[in-house]
Amino acid sequence: MNKTWLLIKHEFLVMVRRKGFIILTLLIPVIALLGILAGQVIPSLMKTSTPTTQKIGYVDYVGSFTTATSESNINLIEYSTETAAKAALLNKELAEYFVIPSDYVTTGYIQRYTLKSEIEMSGASQTAIRDFLLTNLLRGNGPDIIARVKSPLNVASTTFTSSGEIAKQQGGFAALILPYIFSILLMMSIFSSSGYLLQGLGEEKENRVMEILLSSVSSGQLLMGKVFGLGAAGLLQILIWLISANFIFRLASSSFGSVLGSLNVSPEFLILGVLYFILGYLLVAIGMAGAGAIAPTARDGQQLSVLFTLPVIIPIYFMGLIMTNPENIVVKILTFFPVTAPITVMVRLGISGIPTWELAVSITLLVLSIIGLFILTRKLFRTYLLMYGKRPDLKQIILSFKNA
Amino acid sequence: MDTKSYSVEVNHITKTYGNRAVVNDLSFTVKPGEIFGLIGPNGAGKTTTIRMMMDIIKPDAGDIKILGEKLTETTKNKIGYLPEERGLYKKLSVMESVIYFAALKGVDSKTAGNRAEALLKRVEMLPHRNKKIEELSRGMGQIIQVIVTIIHEPQLIILDEPTASLDPVNAQLLKDMMLDLRKQGKTIIMSTHRMNEIEEMCDRILMINKGRDVLYGDIPNIKAKYRNNSVLVEFQGEMGEIPGVINRREHDHGLELTLDAKTTPQMLLEKLVQKGINITRFELSTPSLNEIFIKVAGNENE
Repeated sequence: MNKTWLLIKHEFLVMVRRKGFIILTLLIPVIALLGILAGQVIPSLMKTSTPTTQKIGYVDYVGSFTTATSESNINLIEYSTETAAKAALLNKELAEYFVIPSDYVTTGYIQRYTLKSEIEMSGASQTAIRDFLLTNLLRGNGPDIIARVKSPLNVASTTFTSSGEIAKQQGGFAALILPYIFSILLMMSIFSSSGYLLQGLGEEKENRVMEILLSSVSSGQLLMGKVFGLGAAGLLQILIWLISANFIFRLASSSFGSVLGSLNVSPEFLILGVLYFILGYLLVAIGMAGAGAIAPTARDGQQLSVLFTLPVIIPIYFMGLIMTNPENIVVKILTFFPVTAPITVMVRLGISGIPTWELAVSITLLVLSIIGLFILTRKLFRTYLLMYGKRPDLKQIILSFKNA
Repeated sequence: MDTKSYSVEVNHITKTYGNRAVVNDLSFTVKPGEIFGLIGPNGAGKTTTIRMMMDIIKPDAGDIKILGEKLTETTKNKIGYLPEERGLYKKLSVMESVIYFAALKGVDSKTAGNRAEALLKRVEMLPHRNKKIEELSRGMGQIIQVIVTIIHEPQLIILDEPTASLDPVNAQLLKDMMLDLRKQGKTIIMSTHRMNEIEEMCDRILMINKGRDVLYGDIPNIKAKYRNNSVLVEFQGEMGEIPGVINRREHDHGLELTLDAKTTPQMLLEKLVQKGINITRFELSTPSLNEIFIKVAGNENE
């Protein structure tokens, strides 16, 4: 069996059998599930204490609000005087009541009375009163007109290309959500896998296994084994989280599912998304491995690794600019700079698309950086994996690039 | 002996870090089937030399041939290497460790498993096969390291300080294993500070100091070279003044007599017999490797 494959398999299996890995992988969905369950159980517990049908009273001084409506378990009951309505409220026969003054039609002002101290009027009461007022104001019109006035705007937008054809990228929330998902996945996999990478390297240094490994495999094979093996473990973890998230979201609400269902993903986007995801992960993971090789302990490695993790999330700070002005020079720089390219490109793809030449330059620079970083990290592996307890200075690191 | 018949051939290798030459124009050969000792004081360049042989670090100049060729992935599979800084994955069991490292040397898991069982039996550790490495004592862990080193039946075995941190029982076990391997025709290079082990086990040695070779060859020849024309004598009675003896010092139950350049041991023996001294032991004094080591390393450092 190929030695690189053996190393990948070993790194993957050792990682997924770790107690810490298993606990973290299961803990996140369990916490999310508990959160969702709590979110559903607590309101239902609260609901049992409230009456199933709510009564809202009103006193009409205009004289034309007579068609009482009932809306989602709310019944509106007319009272002839405010004193009667107030007495009913105090007797708990009513949840609340409101008064329609005689100048309501010109002012739109009504007075509401309740026993509860609220931050804001409940949505259900607001809808019920609004519908009641609209129905009475529009009396004489057909139900279609009344329904339209209640909900006058449902927009369907279509984006054309400059040549007048229907564009593949139609924008909107559904088009944005996928780039966001890819960006978040990339960040998550970078942070989780790189953490494992640093931890693994630190332990191997501590266990003194490195030299035995290097007597059987090359430093390049060792680096690839770590990056791909631990990357696969990180991906497995994210896959488990994604599958459980899908299940949990279904439990929580069907509306999220309908948003996902409305996504129309172009094959170009999917290919580029996956490509940038892989390239982005490789760049950062190899950089992290270099940091892990230099650092005498996992903690030192973590500090050094910020050099790679921080630039990855820089595009998040420029999100507004990327969305509103994708032609800006800063956005172009973020697209070409290898560490910031993955997230910038994913967000841009979701919004306006990217000219082919920009993609070509961005991918070329990213691939060249990965190759360059791989060569440098392999040299660091040769020199520093066998150096225990010492942290080299910059001059020594540069020398090691020359000597190794 | 033609080039191909050497197990190791090191030609003028140099390794410099900054301005410091850790290994400086070093050359030596190791013959098949011999136990070759690599000795030298701390920081002499032994481990750097071994790492260059293993292609873990590259020499700045010179070249190395292992088993007649430059080191490749295939050649690596024919070498067993026990580094000075060594360890195993603590969470893996003994069998898992042995099988994994054997796989990295190209041995399938079934073969590795069978060999591991035989070797564990040989060192009376078969009952520990399923224990995690972290559950073993340090000495046991070292023995497992040795098993990992030889599990792929290498032609060349390089051991850097193999008996360090081993108790006398395990150290003897390891030495017996090394002698067995030599009987099987394996070539062994061992680096150690323990001169008694070198004298006991090695056929030839290379002593390096400050990256250069200072002693190289068969142990008897090296000892002969450093012999200082003295004899050990045990006797009964008074010795008195003996012409030709320039120095005398107490040694065990007798005296070590150093002779001048004109006097041979044979002449001394005749003089002692003539004086009627009752001699119970008369032996040419040869310096121990340890004494030679201290002398050479001391001279080099002056």
